[in-house]
Amino acid sequence: MRANRSLEIGTGLFVLFGLAALLFLTTQLPSSGFKFSFNKTPGYTVTAEFGNIGQLKVGAPVSMAGVRIGDVTKIGFDSNSQRAEVWLRIYQRFNQIPEDSFASIDTEGLLGGQYISISPGGLPSYLKNGSQIQETQSALVLENLINKFFANYANKSGSGSQGGSKEPKK
Amino acid sequence: MTESAGTIVSEGKPPPRKVEAQAVPSRKASREGLLEGVRKAGVTAIFFAQLLAACVPALSRPRLIIAQIYNAGARSLIIIMLSGLFTGMVLGLQGYDLLHRFGSEAALGTAVALSLLKELGPVLTALLFAGRAGTALTSEIGLMRATDQLTAMEVMAVDPLRYVAAPRFLGGLIAMPLLTAIFIVIGLFGAQLVGVQMMGVDRGIFWSQMQSAVALKDVTEGIVKSLVFGAVLSLIAVNEGYHTEPTAEGVGRATTRTVVASSVLTLLLDYVLTAVFL
Repeated sequence: MRANRSLEIGTGLFVLFGLAALLFLTTQLPSSGFKFSFNKTPGYTVTAEFGNIGQLKVGAPVSMAGVRIGDVTKIGFDSNSQRAEVWLRIYQRFNQIPEDSFASIDTEGLLGGQYISISPGGLPSYLKNGSQIQETQSALVLENLINKFFANYANKSGSGSQGGSKEPKK
Repeated sequence: MTESAGTIVSEGKPPPRKVEAQAVPSRKASREGLLEGVRKAGVTAIFFAQLLAACVPALSRPRLIIAQIYNAGARSLIIIMLSGLFTGMVLGLQGYDLLHRFGSEAALGTAVALSLLKELGPVLTALLFAGRAGTALTSEIGLMRATDQLTAMEVMAVDPLRYVAAPRFLGGLIAMPLLTAIFIVIGLFGAQLVGVQMMGVDRGIFWSQMQSAVALKDVTEGIVKSLVFGAVLSLIAVNEGYHTEPTAEGVGRATTRTVVASSVLTLLLDYVLTAVFL
């Protein structure tokens, strides 16, 4: 009876452990589905509106002078201003960020993820829970840049290439 | 040994037990070897069908299955967790080194998660399972065969397929996906330990990039692979044990064959399954 009991407990532990792992893999890893939030560092929430957020994801870091000060908790769309609205949770100990600070979306490395970088302003009043960052700059979308570059290139060499295309018709 | 067996069979006397296990005699040794291989495959296929049929009544004895889940699964837990941890850690280290050269450490989470989910998790778990649980199954059943316990059960009208083979097969089948899932999750946290804590990749980026790149299809691929491996490896282990030559040497050889066949088939099937999924 005693041995039987430890066998049952061992099996139960193993099965529960395995099912928990399966649940984690199926719900927490894929992009669809609900998520539990892992870290609960105390912080306050501010919002910022951007014209284009590019590939910014929930969980991306918010940094100031390269130091991480918070993360992106929610991304939405404001139908009044037709802009993307981003909720940022700033850790409680960074509570002296000037109200007129400037938020921009930058890319980490060439293939890296995007993050929000905050440059401090000069006002003596600070951002607090619920306030909005007014000055923002959208994400640089690499494809747009490349398109622009090639459009310029084509315009400049436009006359030359037209001259060239006439020749084979003769 | 095999050649001499051919001469005995033609007599009308009841053949000694050894002869039963031999192939149909033929003149050429090479043809005989081929035929023996075909016969083995046939024996395995028939055994698989009988085993599946025995699985249904075996379900009415869940305690036997639970005991086998404990043997195959819970007792492999330590080795699986340890291997998963170090596999994840080395993936984090190598992945970081590689991605760092391209300045894209942010892709570390994605790289680790996809390689663990799709390949390393199912395959390494299967190889460890073959070594840890498969050998135990074969030698256990093989020893039952060698000491005539299986024959004794048959004499008592107790079906050994139903009470010995089927619960072990089902136990392995159930344990494998759970072990694989545990291996992958521990591996992910091992990779996080190295990538985030030691190498300084941002934790939010590590997980959010992973979550945005992994699709449910990738998770399903790993689980289906582990189910197939579980079925195949358990079948091999039970089959080799059940058809062991009833000697001490025979049990040893059967155990070796289990490991060899399991490892080779795991890697071969892994390629086939990957081709199917892509």
